Amino acid sequence: MSDTAHAGQPTQNAEIDEQTRRDFLLWSTIAVGAAGAALAVWPFIDQMNPAADTLALASTEVDLSKIDVGQSITVMWRGKPVFIRHRTEEEIAEARDVDMAALPDPEKDAARVQQPEWLIMVGVCTHLGCIPLGQKEGDTKGDFGGWFCPCHGSHYDTSGRIRKGPAPTNLPIPGYSFLDDNSVRIG
Amino acid sequence: MKTIKTLSAAALAIGVMGGVMIGGNAQAAVGGPKPPSLDWSFNGIFGTYDRAALQRGFQVFKTVCASCHSMNLMAFRNLEALGYNEDEVKAIAAEYEVQAGPNDDGDMFMRPATPADHWPAPFANDKIAAISNGGAIPPDLSLINKARASGGDSAIRASLLQPGGFPLGADYIHGLLTGYKEEAPADFSLPAGKYYNEYYPGHAIAMAPPLYPDGVEYADGTQASVDQQAHDVAVFLNWVSEPELEQRKNLGIKVMLFLLVLTAMLYALKRKIWANVH
Amino acid sequence: MSGSSNFQSNSKIVNWIEYRLPVFSFMDAQLNQYPTPKNLNYFWNFGSLAGIVLVIMIVSGITLAMHYAPTEAEAFTSVERIMRDVNFGWLIRYIHVNGASMFFIVVFIHMFRGLYYGSYKAPREILWIIGVFILLAMMATAFMGYVLPWGQMSFWGATVITNLFSAIPLVGESIVQLLWGGFVVGEPTLKRFFALHYLLPFVIVGLVFMHLWALHMHHSNNPTGVDIKDEKQDTIPFHPYYTIKDIYGLGVLLLIFAFFVFFAPNYFGHPDNYIQANALVTPAHIVPEWYFLPFYAILRAFTNDYVIYSWFLQWFMSAKLAGVIAMFASILVLLLLPWLDRSRVRSAKYRPVYKLFFWLFVIDCLILGWVGGQPAEGTLVLIGQISTTWYFAHLLVFIPIIGILERPKPLPDSIAASVMGSHAPQAAE
Repeated sequence: MSDTAHAGQPTQNAEIDEQTRRDFLLWSTIAVGAAGAALAVWPFIDQMNPAADTLALASTEVDLSKIDVGQSITVMWRGKPVFIRHRTEEEIAEARDVDMAALPDPEKDAARVQQPEWLIMVGVCTHLGCIPLGQKEGDTKGDFGGWFCPCHGSHYDTSGRIRKGPAPTNLPIPGYSFLDDNSVRIG
Repeated sequence: MKTIKTLSAAALAIGVMGGVMIGGNAQAAVGGPKPPSLDWSFNGIFGTYDRAALQRGFQVFKTVCASCHSMNLMAFRNLEALGYNEDEVKAIAAEYEVQAGPNDDGDMFMRPATPADHWPAPFANDKIAAISNGGAIPPDLSLINKARASGGDSAIRASLLQPGGFPLGADYIHGLLTGYKEEAPADFSLPAGKYYNEYYPGHAIAMAPPLYPDGVEYADGTQASVDQQAHDVAVFLNWVSEPELEQRKNLGIKVMLFLLVLTAMLYALKRKIWANVH
Repeated sequence: MSGSSNFQSNSKIVNWIEYRLPVFSFMDAQLNQYPTPKNLNYFWNFGSLAGIVLVIMIVSGITLAMHYAPTEAEAFTSVERIMRDVNFGWLIRYIHVNGASMFFIVVFIHMFRGLYYGSYKAPREILWIIGVFILLAMMATAFMGYVLPWGQMSFWGATVITNLFSAIPLVGESIVQLLWGGFVVGEPTLKRFFALHYLLPFVIVGLVFMHLWALHMHHSNNPTGVDIKDEKQDTIPFHPYYTIKDIYGLGVLLLIFAFFVFFAPNYFGHPDNYIQANALVTPAHIVPEWYFLPFYAILRAFTNDYVIYSWFLQWFMSAKLAGVIAMFASILVLLLLPWLDRSRVRSAKYRPVYKLFFWLFVIDCLILGWVGGQPAEGTLVLIGQISTTWYFAHLLVFIPIIGILERPKPLPDSIAASVMGSHAPQAAE
């Protein structure tokens, strides 16, 4: 603005300047405050995640020596049942001899086991979380000789893969490692 | 202006009186003469633990203290904070046995500890602990530095209100472990089976002097004088009391800086908005 | 409720809701346009600060309750599990622990502001009375909350305070057993304290809404104590003036709050509460939390040689009972304050004698707090008794007499006039 400007003009401009500066301060303060509030919320949400002691109990060791061929046991791991099956030769053969195209969730049996005679998987139906039947001698094992979920009729084969019914995926395999031939650590 | 003056005067008065009020509690809580204040690495707003001292302190704890004192709140997995890696922690845990079971026969059995297990107590219960220690139950050490301090981290509080006035828990532990006197003063009648300690409230303590020169052989070659051992175990015990200390102070600095910026912005905004009222 | 709104909106949804439930015009009238005296000083920040601290306490408290176990065996260890294993558990617990102290600091300043500026006088008597009930509910909540970690001070504090009720003649012992749910403080006590500690904050929220309702009837008092005469001249809208001022005040409070949470988290606490409760060992010196110390001093002032007691009360009650009654009376007497104070002038600014006595009363309360934290020995007992006498004399004797005898200074004509006056001292009076 020049010296010859009208008396009213500079004040008007100054007012607009003042207004702009105030708005800038207002919005930057709101932005900083909102960012702080968002960060402050996190601890109150994160406290609901598994605590350190819960995470520390995340592995289980199992003795396999007492499981005969053809038998299954169920162990608890992270509060969930884990199926451990000592598979027979026929079951292994059956699991291997499957046309991948026929599977809703194609996965080779070899990719699901570390040692072919031991199938270790989480025994929670991938449909809505029921526990499938097939662990005990008298249980119905479904159309494919593996497991059958009584809740909504999902059939799993001898490799724990979904073959028929509403479940979308195979029974999940937990992380595990063999400590020696007779014991395994899950998790 | 006048308002601000009154406000600050009132705040000061309340602060001082509050300090005196709480100070009174604190002194009553510990009692006895004040142990010397050491310059701990975890003091102050930037304080952190010295990993080497923590590991040495842990060595003192497990070879000396742990034979009588429990440490119920510490799990082996927590030891990773001392600078041990996962395998080292597993190896430490495996040296100890914990009760497990029942097995398929319905019996309880002992198994090697895992990192998830808590430190096993030396005595099955308080009764056995008392019988084995001449009637005095050795206190659990998990929170001892907080329980013997006037406020877990009172270095700041001391500097705020009463410079050098309050003993920290660590100061007390260090003082207690180095404060044994062979002879009680002539005018003090020491009960049988008790030991004279300068910093123990009442001076007659049931715990025999636990540390002696080179009582432990430090893995890092540090000379294990009694003072060094007392210092190290006090650092270790402070960590067990306040394992969150480093995370807390670190986050605290960030939060304070953030709040300073935000509050300054709010003040500027307040001035601008109120400019046309005054 | 007073305060009008010329709320209008172009949004169809807003108008649809507004027609059925006028929340928008209500909020507009009470939080946006709400006319507020233009001369409020920073002492008027403490009401909104108290409200925000209450919200912080409820949020942190509910999250702690997700991990806490109210049983004798687990209470102490579950709190330590929060401190050690739960994600950010240490932060949330330290916020809750220090938040209680912040809450009382803020509320005590809020109350002394009310006393100084005569905010309890007509037509704000009910506003004040609801405030006293909020204080009582806060004290009950804080007391029960302190029991929950089940440390030595928790246990023995609960034992001492519940034993107060045994002073009641005839039914005292039965009442104490009823409170305990047993013959000592134990698991039933812990469980009911947890239940009530969870409930009472929501009662406080309800009382706060009534407090605000009563406040908005006749608007805030102000440092001159003069009523609003001309809304245009004397008031400014709540938003943006007091919203920004309150939020700025919050920033300052959070700085202080955060300092304690992160750097001196156990400053207000007692070391003995990090020792698990033990029914066989009493701590050497039982003290309540700092905010109860003045009341604790009044309780302990009543001994057989306390003059007030031996002259007036000894004939029909024990010193123990008198102490208990005095402690509760020290708060309940505040309910009568609007009628004890006969002066028509509200603000101490224009009441030189009352102003002096107000500050003496503040000092007296601080001395009571100091005495309450000391062992009851020697001259401290006497100091406690003198301070207790002064406390009641101030409220029951001095205030009525000053109200009648004092000649107040001339009041400004209006809030606006006082604001102008302070900027042009030559024009004053």
